[in-house]
Amino acid sequence: MSAKTMTANAITADEPVAFYDLDEHAHPEGHSTMLGFWIYLMSDCLIFAILFACYAVLGGSYAAGPAPKDLFDLKLIALNTTMLLFSSITYGFAVLQMQQGKVKGVQLWLGVTGLFGLAFLGIELYEFHHLIEIGAGPQRSAFLSSFFTLVGTHGLHVTFGIIWLVTLMVQLSKHGLIAANKRRVMCLSMFWHFLDVVWIGVFTFVYLMGVLR
Amino acid sequence: MSIPHPAPETGPILGKLSMEALPLHEPILVVTFIGVVLGGIAVLGLITKYRLWGYLWSEWFTTVDHKRIGIMYMILGLIMFLRGFADAIMMRLQQAMAFGGSEGYLTPHHYDQVFTAHGVIMIFFVAMPFITGIMNYIVPLQIGARDVSFPFLNNFSFWMTTSGAVLTMVSLFVGEYAQTGWLAYPPLSGIAYSPNVGVDYYIWGLQIAGVGTTLSGINLIVTILKLRAPGMGLMKMPVFTWTSLCSNILIVASFPILTATLVLLSLDRYVGTNFFTNDLGGSPMMYVNLIWIWGHPEVYILVLPLFGVFSEVTSTFSGKRLFGYTSMVYATVCITILSYIVWLHHFFTMGSGASVNSFFGITTMVISIPTGAKLFNWLFTMYRGRIRFELPMMWTIAFMLTFVIGGMTGVLLAVPPADFVLHNSLFLIAHFHNVIIGGVLFGLFAAINYWWPKAFGFKLDVFWGKVSFWCWVVGFWVAFTPLYILGLMGVTRRMRVFDDPSLQIWFVIAGVGAAIIAAGIGAMLVQFAVSIWRRKEFAEESGDPWDGRTLEWATSSPPPDYNFAFTPVIHDLDAWHDMKKRGHQRPADGYRDINMPSNTGAGMILSGICLVMGFALVWHIWWLVAASFVAVVAGAIIHTFNYKRDFDIPKATVIAVEEARTRQLAAGA
Repeated sequence: MSAKTMTANAITADEPVAFYDLDEHAHPEGHSTMLGFWIYLMSDCLIFAILFACYAVLGGSYAAGPAPKDLFDLKLIALNTTMLLFSSITYGFAVLQMQQGKVKGVQLWLGVTGLFGLAFLGIELYEFHHLIEIGAGPQRSAFLSSFFTLVGTHGLHVTFGIIWLVTLMVQLSKHGLIAANKRRVMCLSMFWHFLDVVWIGVFTFVYLMGVLR
Repeated sequence: MSIPHPAPETGPILGKLSMEALPLHEPILVVTFIGVVLGGIAVLGLITKYRLWGYLWSEWFTTVDHKRIGIMYMILGLIMFLRGFADAIMMRLQQAMAFGGSEGYLTPHHYDQVFTAHGVIMIFFVAMPFITGIMNYIVPLQIGARDVSFPFLNNFSFWMTTSGAVLTMVSLFVGEYAQTGWLAYPPLSGIAYSPNVGVDYYIWGLQIAGVGTTLSGINLIVTILKLRAPGMGLMKMPVFTWTSLCSNILIVASFPILTATLVLLSLDRYVGTNFFTNDLGGSPMMYVNLIWIWGHPEVYILVLPLFGVFSEVTSTFSGKRLFGYTSMVYATVCITILSYIVWLHHFFTMGSGASVNSFFGITTMVISIPTGAKLFNWLFTMYRGRIRFELPMMWTIAFMLTFVIGGMTGVLLAVPPADFVLHNSLFLIAHFHNVIIGGVLFGLFAAINYWWPKAFGFKLDVFWGKVSFWCWVVGFWVAFTPLYILGLMGVTRRMRVFDDPSLQIWFVIAGVGAAIIAAGIGAMLVQFAVSIWRRKEFAEESGDPWDGRTLEWATSSPPPDYNFAFTPVIHDLDAWHDMKKRGHQRPADGYRDINMPSNTGAGMILSGICLVMGFALVWHIWWLVAASFVAVVAGAIIHTFNYKRDFDIPKATVIAVEEARTRQLAAGA
């Protein structure tokens, strides 16, 4: 047995072995962008995890101020959630159009997505404004500090998503569906759906469970 | 006299900034400032005189070459190291003097800034740039790649780290630095107790640098996962690459926590929220938990790559394959995971109860098992090896002896009842300097001596290297043994004056130790200077000065821009050793154009704007905050409109470079 292995080794050692890839081709441009962007999203996810954890710890510290039950208007939040969920669907349509190579369709659905995103942001700003107006601003209690920070960070992400979306629409109209632009559409797609998933967490843990509490 | 001034008035143009921000009443700072200005003028003058600006801009500042970025990281780390060590000397001097009614020479306001800045700078702007620099330089070479996955991001990360460092240094001369200790615990770091700009400098310096660190972590993970040469499965990766991978995973999985935590602290300070305040439901201990959930993985971020260095060095200088490669990899992965479930051992005294403290005490002790496995692996690698006591090997052996003792005092501190006695004492200070100097710094010195010939094409001077080595090792023990003793006697950290005169002798001895270390640093700078001066004499043309085993030694020293004309194919762990053993031949023809990323100034420009924004945030100059924010977003968007980011190195150039290399090898043989 061992003798056999040794012969096998000896043979491999004598055989000419290729130590260099003489016929190599350059990696296609951006071949690792998707992985890199995904890892970035996970690091972003960690930021949200910390904000959720803070909300879990401080969410009951009302400091004799208002509690979720007094503040949250579930109907408004349901409408808001609908806007964001619809924007994810329409983004999906944009990607489908991209796979068929229809740049106009992509533009159209990206535009619709952006409008839904703006509607979401508008409702959120209205809610924030209302809360601050009635004296339930982020300074009022640790609960409200963590509420505004968690929801606001998500809103800030959506804002950047919209800025990116507009940029991308300009780039699509300039260069069409070239590989680099397709990659960007896919990255923004991951970003957008990621924000949707985070929002489902916010809706469940902050709003629904907050009203139950 | 040093009671913090009430928060200054905020003006519309300069925010809180005024002439009072300049520390003209601190003679030490004024002299330092004059020195920095004169030195700065001299350097800038020399660069102008020798017309180097164009060269620096096009070859270095805008480079996307991982090797040059790595070298720039090392220079940043070295400069900041001198600053951080100056802080250390100041503290040792103050503590050796301030007895018997003497106040020493530092005011409380100044002393508190010195110990805060020392900690922050040594961790964030010395250790981090050093390890990032080494990983940047070596990892792509070890895996047979031409660059990292995202070369522009690499350049941007470097400049963000530098911007954070610059903002931290600016605090020395404009305003003040935090007086809170290096982790800025609230409520002390809150606006109520730190109304001035010190903590803001701390926050924004770390936030800007943190962006760079996170992005470079993502970059190196993707590089290692995606760009390995054909044949290099995960279990054929060099150990240094493995430990770098784990370290970067830790970066990506912990720096966002730091970012989020500092955001919450800044909201408390700027917006008036109540996360970590004493009233309206805030919880200061939540900050302490969060910051250590980042902070404990951070120490493993620092030390893991050096464990990789020790593995490479031990194996190379023992002339043997690393003992227990597989167990080494698994030990690294175990440490990576365990580092997340020990954070509470930094504050057993919080009072979370016996069961919680027991859990974290036990997990902490468990970490010593994989670490011990690593030590035995290194020892067994040396066993019956043909050991060459070159400088990298000397640093490695000094590490083993020093680190083991630091590890053992760590296990002592992991016992909660013992920790209740030793918490925040100088015993703790001695312990973590024992592992960070003995582990991280000694490892870096091993790495610098080991890979310097690869980066520059000549070896480092051995005589001055040995002087530096002995000064460091002896100086370390002289400086920190007294701290262990003082800690056991109950002396706490961060004290500025002492009542008990019997303690003074220990502080004097520690000061002598620091002076010996200073001699070691001096000798190291002399070593660099002498080696550069006599570089022809120390020239190393084979590319493989130590009879190395991994792929970085397969190229010339320094490697060509594209690293490898042909991508190597890997058949065995220790790929280069395998190639030498089986008599590989360099391919002589068949060269092609090589596609490489183009240089860009975008990273430096964007980071520069972030630096301005950080400064404006510190001083509440709101119009400048808004303007620089818009500029950074606009700049980033403009950069995305640049689609042409690569170029081809023409075949003729490749042939010329490779033929020169062939002649060089023939002349050496």
